[in-house]
Amino acid sequence: MRLLDESNIEDIALGAAVLGTGGGGDPYIGMLMARQAIRDYGPVELFDLDELEESDLVVPTAMMGAPTVMVEKMPNGDDIVNAFESIGKYLGKPIRATMSIEAGGLNSVVPIYVAARLRLPMVDCDGMGRAFPELQMVTHTIHGISATPFSMSDERGNTVLMETVNNNWTETFARSVTVNMGAMAMIACYAATVKQLKEAAVHGTMSKAETIGQTIRRARVQEEDPVNTVREAVGGYMVFKGKIGDVERRTEGGFAKGDAYLEGLDEYAGKQLQLSFQNEHLAVRIDGEFKVTVPDLIVLLDIDTGEPITTEGMRYGYRVAVISMPCTEKWRTPEGLALVGPRYFGYDVDYVPVEQRYG
Amino acid sequence: MRIGIDVGGTNTDAVLMDGMEVLSSTKTPTTANVTDGITAALRTIIADSGLDVAKLDAVMIGTTHFTNAVVERRRLQPTACIRLGLPATACLPPLVDWPGDLADVLGRHTYLAHGGHEFDGREISPFDPDEIRRIAEDIKQNGVNAIAISSVFSPVNAAFEEKAAEVVKQVMPEANITLSSTIGRIGLLERENAAIMNACLRELAMKTVSGFKAALAAMNISAPFFISQNDGTLMNADFAADHPVLTFASGPTNSMRGAAFLSGLKDAIVVDVGGTTTDIGVLQQGFPRVAAMAVNIGGVRTNFRMPDTLSIGLGGGSIIATDPVRVGPQSVGYELTSKARVFGGEVLTTTDIAVAAGQAKIGDRDRVSGLDSGLVTSVQDRIEEMVNVSVDRMKTSATPVPVIVVGGGSILIQREIEGTSEMVKPHHYAVANAIGAAIAQVGGETDKVFSLAEMGRDEALAQAKQEATDRAVSAGADADTVEIVDVEEVPLAYLPGNATRIMVKAVGDLVGG
Repeated sequence: MRLLDESNIEDIALGAAVLGTGGGGDPYIGMLMARQAIRDYGPVELFDLDELEESDLVVPTAMMGAPTVMVEKMPNGDDIVNAFESIGKYLGKPIRATMSIEAGGLNSVVPIYVAARLRLPMVDCDGMGRAFPELQMVTHTIHGISATPFSMSDERGNTVLMETVNNNWTETFARSVTVNMGAMAMIACYAATVKQLKEAAVHGTMSKAETIGQTIRRARVQEEDPVNTVREAVGGYMVFKGKIGDVERRTEGGFAKGDAYLEGLDEYAGKQLQLSFQNEHLAVRIDGEFKVTVPDLIVLLDIDTGEPITTEGMRYGYRVAVISMPCTEKWRTPEGLALVGPRYFGYDVDYVPVEQRYG
Repeated sequence: MRIGIDVGGTNTDAVLMDGMEVLSSTKTPTTANVTDGITAALRTIIADSGLDVAKLDAVMIGTTHFTNAVVERRRLQPTACIRLGLPATACLPPLVDWPGDLADVLGRHTYLAHGGHEFDGREISPFDPDEIRRIAEDIKQNGVNAIAISSVFSPVNAAFEEKAAEVVKQVMPEANITLSSTIGRIGLLERENAAIMNACLRELAMKTVSGFKAALAAMNISAPFFISQNDGTLMNADFAADHPVLTFASGPTNSMRGAAFLSGLKDAIVVDVGGTTTDIGVLQQGFPRVAAMAVNIGGVRTNFRMPDTLSIGLGGGSIIATDPVRVGPQSVGYELTSKARVFGGEVLTTTDIAVAAGQAKIGDRDRVSGLDSGLVTSVQDRIEEMVNVSVDRMKTSATPVPVIVVGGGSILIQREIEGTSEMVKPHHYAVANAIGAAIAQVGGETDKVFSLAEMGRDEALAQAKQEATDRAVSAGADADTVEIVDVEEVPLAYLPGNATRIMVKAVGDLVGG
């Protein structure tokens, strides 16, 4: 167990932007919430799964909704606590801790707020090891852990609790309730015991985000080669260096989709990279050939600063390094690839782990 | 005829223009109280040109005075903020991410009240006048007179902010009130931050604007005067006194607008070479392209539409290191005329290299005649590379575009820039910013979320355009000349009813300008 204070939060938020692989939502609002709660209620205990009893119950907490609304109608604070507590009430069992369901982006830091306010521990793990666009895309799903009981709360004090036959139905209903709540809801879901999580969760992801954040911050100060420093810190591979040319965007089914084209620089001169995205970066093709795909992590870093670049932030002329990190082994199983592999996102290609091509 | 004045950190520049023609220009040092520098510049311009001040139609002033006040934490008023949005937003109260010293200066008088709207216009909770009255009485008791009022989704519906202002005025008729909906865009914290900064600057703004008025009156100038804002358009003096925060970052905007005017180009890259830095920006339809990212001012996060400029450490005063060859970012700055070699100093600067290479005839060329020609060439190569990379980074497509070079350090840029179609160095390049102020138009903008399923895209666009036009006219534009210059539609993920954020900007010529 160790304590998370204000400085840890800023590093986690910065590292979470890397793990967000271009999406996951801006961690700014979540970072402010977590920081404020730590100022008001004190530091948060971060536990490894091994430090808890196997029978302990853990419930992840998160924000769901439109990014534009999140920056305008911020949460009340009681709402996310309500969502969390209603699960325990429904199950009739005490809940030992909360965790992040998505280590990439905004929802890496939101549970820290809950943990601080309720003086509960947070567990050093998540359900993705990165960010993904849909609710059922968590390692819990592979291991048969249900998203329900699923609770959603708004700032007025409303809480909607649902039981569904599978995690895809949860996603369907959750979207419409979110809209009624003002296009944003606080959620708690995927309740699981520590025993289940030892098998189902991606371990150590909060610490990993923090290490990445720390590395970027130090690289900035020490003026080292920030891209290489970050690449080493995340255990990633250099895929490409290039300059962003065209960026084509379209909105389909409520998702921001598109492709960016990069012209190679230095040792990659003369090559062209096509980067496809849907909220997050999904696939890399170099000179027409698939090189990296989901579920491995594709991260764009500014060559000069090492700062991660989001899908919305990509613009002509940016000089970027494309690095890739291996995803958790859980996503590399047939069940995992069925949920988040290249074919689920519409790319007719077999998944090849990044280290096989670049290792 | 018009006079344009740019009050920068180092120099106050002024130009006299007759229609499209620049009749006279001057550079004088900026003074601590700003007004004296303006008076000096006006006096020079009038003397040089023999101007009959009765023939002046307007005076335009661009200033960094209010930005500096926030950055330096000086001359700011204690300020209260009332936010309407409960029960939402409670976990992040106003001033939440402000630097502690600045929040202390303003006094941390923050209040949360019921109200606010959803993205689709529904009320979050009803407006409660008694609640606002109690808050106003508390503010009054604390002796605070500047008040910012924000409300959730006020860019969609500003009614609650307006109602709250009415109630506050009943309690405090003299209060100076800023509504967030009149200042900023979607993004509650950033818009509210801007409203609070505006409120704390109001008293200074009123004093400064009356100082400007006095300076003009002392010169017997009776023409109306205007102040330029960050988007390159003008505010009349009274509006500026109420909205000082809108002047933030007007400097780079003016120099880019001036470059557009001097060159006659509407779509181009502008390279503004100063003494310490070079700012590179993009002109689109004659206006600077704005930044997409949040901008920090004095440590406070805002979402102003700032020009998207890239600043690099290259200027006329940049210091050269010889082993290995490096240019800047250190600069001798305003001491160029004493420290550079050609001016008798000992520091090797980019200006010395330009003189040695025969690019410029300033100072004493003999003092750099002994420089190794290999060094001169490699410094020129380095400057070329810095400019090429940065210009390329700011371009919006691979198509070659023209580049306009302005600013006092323009002599450094001699070689062709990669990926550009032509290089233009217009006459009067050194006072492009004052010219930008002199030629500014008047604008208005709107930024709202519309449900296209309910009203249809055409009607939504028409409504947004009308609103932007009305705002331009109420800011002083001639209704017959108002044009829509920018329309941006962003479909919102997750939202039903085809919810789309529409941003529209309209500009027109000044009435009687």
